[in-house]
Amino acid sequence: MTTGKVTGIIANLVTVEVNGPVAQNEICYIDLAGVKLMAEVIKVNGNKASVQVFESTRGLQIGDTVEFQGYMLEVTLGPGLLSSNFDGLQNNLATMEGVFLKRGEYTKPLDENKLWDFTPIAKAGDQVIAADWLGEVKEGWLPHKIMVPFSFEGTYTVKKVAEAGQYKITDTIAVLTNADGEDVNVTMTQKWPVKVAVGGFVEKPRPFKVMETGVRCIDTLNPIAEGGTGFIPGPFGCGKTVLQHALAEQADADVIIMAACGERANEVVEIFTEFPELKDKHTGRSLMERTIIICNTSNMPVAAREASVYTAMTLGEYYRAMGMKVLLLADSTSRWAQALREMSNRLEELPGQDGFPVDLSAIISNFYARAGYVKLNNGQSGSITFIGTVSPAGGNLKEPVTESTKKAARCFYGLSQNRADKKRYPAVDPVDSYSKYLEYPEIIEYLDEKIEKGWVDKVIKTKYIIRKGKDAYEQINILGDDGVPMAYHEQYWKSELIDFVILQQDAFDDIDGCSPLERQKFMLDLMLEICDKSFKFNNFEECMTYFKNLINICRQMNYSEYKSEQFEKYFGQLKEELKHE
Amino acid sequence: MSEKAFQRIYTKLTAITKATVTLEAQGVANDELALVAGRLAQVVKIKDKSVTLQVFGGTEDIPTNAEVTFFGEPPSLNVSDDLAGRFFNAYGEPIDGGPAVEGEKRQIGGPSVNPYKRRQPSQLIPTGIAGIDLNNTLVSGQKIPFFADPDQPYNQVMSMVALRADVDKIILGGMGLTNDDYLFFKNQFESAGALHKIISFVNTTDQPPVERLLIPDMALTAAEYFAVDKNEKVLVLLTDMTLYADALSIVSNRMDQIPSKDSMPGSLYSDLAKIYEKAVQLPDGGSITIIAVTTLNDGDITHAIPDNTGYITEGQLFLRADPDSGKVIVDPFRSLSRLKQLVQNKKTREDHSAVMNTSVRLYADAANAKTKLENGFDLSDYDLRCLDYAKEYATRLLAIDVNISIDEMLDTAWELFGKYFTKAETGLKEKLIEKYWKATEK
Repeated sequence: MTTGKVTGIIANLVTVEVNGPVAQNEICYIDLAGVKLMAEVIKVNGNKASVQVFESTRGLQIGDTVEFQGYMLEVTLGPGLLSSNFDGLQNNLATMEGVFLKRGEYTKPLDENKLWDFTPIAKAGDQVIAADWLGEVKEGWLPHKIMVPFSFEGTYTVKKVAEAGQYKITDTIAVLTNADGEDVNVTMTQKWPVKVAVGGFVEKPRPFKVMETGVRCIDTLNPIAEGGTGFIPGPFGCGKTVLQHALAEQADADVIIMAACGERANEVVEIFTEFPELKDKHTGRSLMERTIIICNTSNMPVAAREASVYTAMTLGEYYRAMGMKVLLLADSTSRWAQALREMSNRLEELPGQDGFPVDLSAIISNFYARAGYVKLNNGQSGSITFIGTVSPAGGNLKEPVTESTKKAARCFYGLSQNRADKKRYPAVDPVDSYSKYLEYPEIIEYLDEKIEKGWVDKVIKTKYIIRKGKDAYEQINILGDDGVPMAYHEQYWKSELIDFVILQQDAFDDIDGCSPLERQKFMLDLMLEICDKSFKFNNFEECMTYFKNLINICRQMNYSEYKSEQFEKYFGQLKEELKHE
Repeated sequence: MSEKAFQRIYTKLTAITKATVTLEAQGVANDELALVAGRLAQVVKIKDKSVTLQVFGGTEDIPTNAEVTFFGEPPSLNVSDDLAGRFFNAYGEPIDGGPAVEGEKRQIGGPSVNPYKRRQPSQLIPTGIAGIDLNNTLVSGQKIPFFADPDQPYNQVMSMVALRADVDKIILGGMGLTNDDYLFFKNQFESAGALHKIISFVNTTDQPPVERLLIPDMALTAAEYFAVDKNEKVLVLLTDMTLYADALSIVSNRMDQIPSKDSMPGSLYSDLAKIYEKAVQLPDGGSITIIAVTTLNDGDITHAIPDNTGYITEGQLFLRADPDSGKVIVDPFRSLSRLKQLVQNKKTREDHSAVMNTSVRLYADAANAKTKLENGFDLSDYDLRCLDYAKEYATRLLAIDVNISIDEMLDTAWELFGKYFTKAETGLKEKLIEKYWKATEK
C-alpha cells in the first residue's frame, strides 16, 4: 500500500509526498493524532499528490502520515437505502453520536443486522451478466432487486440461488460461476465508484413519456419527460426550494433522491420532518418510504459537496437498474461548481470565466448525461429524471454555471425576480422557459394518446396568448390605458386569466398544491374557451372588472375539490358570467 | 491568552504583506495561533517549512526579526455563565474593566451540528413590527439579515427587535462598529435593564479590520455554550457582515488568491455559510437565532456580499425610506422570511397568510398605479383607491415604528381592505371573507 507524508496545507487542500503509485481520484486517509481524515487525490505531480480533504484540516501538521486505499470514492448499494439520510460520503447521519458532527467519524450506510425477506428470481443454470436480477426483497413497498454486481465482467452461470427466506445483506444469496469455472459468492450488497456511470442496460432511447408532477406550469406548459433533464435557475427568494419540494412530494416516480448540495440545513430538516407524515398521492404510502436524502449542507465540508451529487446519481442508477422510475433532485448545482472553483483556485490553475475551472461545462454535461430512460437486459425499463437548481450570482443568467447547464439540460424553468416580487408563484417565467420535449415527435404522440389528440397545439396556443398579453401590457404601459385600442386590454386580460388560473398555483394549499393531469386539461380547455370568445367592452375599466371577476371565480375553483359540489357551484357561476359577455 | 513555557522562539520572517507574515518553522499545526511581535496571528498556510500567518492586528512596523511564538492551539474562548453581562474584544478579552472569565476553554469555529439532529423551527418570535410579524414572521432557529443602505437605522431596529424578543440570551457581535454605535448598543441594553442577559464581542472602526474575522466565531461559540449546554434560547446579532466580508477579501488578496465576483474570495459563500448555519433549533429546546446586518451599496443586492448572503440565510429584511408615508419601512417586495409558513396560521390566526399575500398584492397594484402616474397617464378609480390604500398600509403597517400585536395587524389589514376595495378585488377565500370582512363607507 502506498503511504505518504503531508508537506503542505492550505485550507482543505493538502499536498502529500508519496512513496509509491497513486491514482487520480484515489481515496486516502490522513492521520491527525489518531483521527483519520478522508481525502481524495485530485492532482499528481512527480511524487507530490494534491488531495482534497473531506473534513476540517485544523491541527494538521507537516509530516503527518497518509495511507492510500487503492480505490476511488465509492458507495455501498443494497436494501435499506430508502428513507435514509446520508451525508455526501454516504455516512448514515442518523446513526452518528452526539449533536455535532465529529471529524473522522464514518458510519455504515446500511444496517447489517436487519433481516430481509428474500425471494429468488434467477434459478440454477441461468446465464447472467452484470445487473441481471437474481432475486428481490421488499424494501418498504418497493420490490428491491438483488442484482449481479455491476463490476462483474462477462457472462456467468448461476450455480445456486438461496431459497426464499430471511437473510442479512452480508449473507450469500447466490453463487455464480464465471467463464473460467471459478465460483463467486454474491451477497445483497455491492460497492461502486461514484464518478463512474453504472451500465447494466442495453440501450438508452430518447425519452418518450411525460412525468406528471401536479405542477401546472410544468405539466401543462413545459412538461418534463420521464428520463429527461431539466434545471431551475433563479435568484434567491424566487421559490426554487418550494418548487423542488413540490416536485419531490408529487412527482409520479417510484424513488425520489434529493441531494441537498451546499444549501440550508433547515430545508433538509423540513424534508425529514414532513415527509414521513405526508402521503404519496399515487400509492398512499408515507413519502419518506420512497425518499433518500443526501445531505451536504453549506456548512459541511466543501469538498464533499461534489461527492454528494455523484453519490446521489449513483444511488439513482442503482434503482434504475431495478426497473424503477427515479426522480433525482439536486439543490443546488451552483454550490457544487463553487466547490470546484475553490479547489481549482487553491491548486493555482489558470481560471476560466468568473474564476470557475475551464472544464466546468464538460463536467456538468457529463453529469447530466448520466440521467435517462433505459431498456434493461431483461426487456424492462427504468429511468432517472434529473432536475437541478442553479443559483446564478446576482440573479444574472449570463454566468458560467447557468450557461453550461443550459447546454446540458432539455427543460429550462427560469424563475423570474419580477414574478416573485409580485408574489406570482411558482415564479417560473412563462415566456423564457421551455421544454425541448414538446418538440419530440415521440412526446407529441404520447400526449395525443394520454391526454387528447392535438394537445401540444393547445399548449402552443396558450403560450401564444401569454406572449401576446405581454406585448399588449408593454404597449399599455408605454401608451397609457386610453392610448391603446380596447383589443389590447382584452388581449392583456386574457393572458392574465391564464396567468392567475393556470400558471399560478398555491403550493401550500392542500388542493391547489397538486393538480392532476385530468384537472389541468379541464381548466386549460375552459380558459382557452374563454380566450376564444371576443368581448365587447365599452371601456377598459369594464374589461378589467369583468376579467377580475372571472379570475376570482376560477381561483375559487382551483381551491375546491375537483368536481365537488363547491367546484360545480363556482363552475356554474362562471358559466353564468360568460353568458352576458 | 498566554504563551506556553519553553516554546521555541523564531526571529526570522521571510515575507511580510499588509495582513500576513511568512517564516520558516517546524511542528506547526494548521489554524493554530501565534504571537508575532506581540500581536495575535493565525496559521493559514503551510508549505514544507514555510508557514504563513494572518496577523489580526495588521503588520505595520513589524520587522523581519520580530519574535514569533506558537501557541500550539487554535483560537478559543473560556465559556461559563460568567460571560453574561460582559463586553469583550475580538480576542475574547474583557473591555469593560472586569476580570477575565473563568470557564471551560473551547475552540472557536467548531464543528457543525449534524443536520439529522436538528429540529424544525416552530417558535414564533414576535417583534411588534408589522413589516416583520405580518409579512415576514421570524421563527427561532432562523438566520436572517437586514439589508439596508448605510443611512438606514438598522442598528436601532435590530436592538429594538432584540430587546422585544422573548429570549434567554442576546449576544452581540459588532464588526467595524463606530464608537457611537457601540455606545448606542451599550446604552440601549443598560437602559432596558437587560444587561444581565447580554454578551457583547466588539470590534470598532478604530481597531484593525482583520480582527473582525474572529468576532462571529467568538459570538457563536458563546451562543453554542448557552444553547447546547444550557438549553437556552439565544439570539445572536451580527453587525455589519459586509465589513466582515471586506476583511476576508483583504486577507485572501494578500495571499494572492484569484478573486471571484466583486473582488471577493471564491470561498465567500462557504465562509459566510459556516457562520449563518450555526443558527439551529436543537432537540432539547435550546436554539440559536441569528439576526445580521448586511449594508448595501445604494440598494444593490446583486453585489457578491448580499447575493451570497441571500442564498444562505432564510430570507432578508429590506429596510428603505418610503417617500409617500415619510417613514422607514420594511419593504414587502424585497423582504422575505422563508420560515414564516412554519408559524403562520399555525401559531397565528387562520387568516394570517391570506391577509399577508393579499395586502402585498394590492400594494403591488399601487406600485403599478404609481408608475402610470409618473408616466403621465390617467388613473382609473381602482388605481386611485390603490394609492390611498398604499399610503395607509405603509403608515399603519409597514413602518418600523409600529408596535402592535399580530391580531391587531390582521384586523388593521381587514379594515383597510374593507375601506378601499370590494370583496372580489381582494380575491380572498370566501370562508375568510364571511368571518373577517369589515365593511366601511367608501
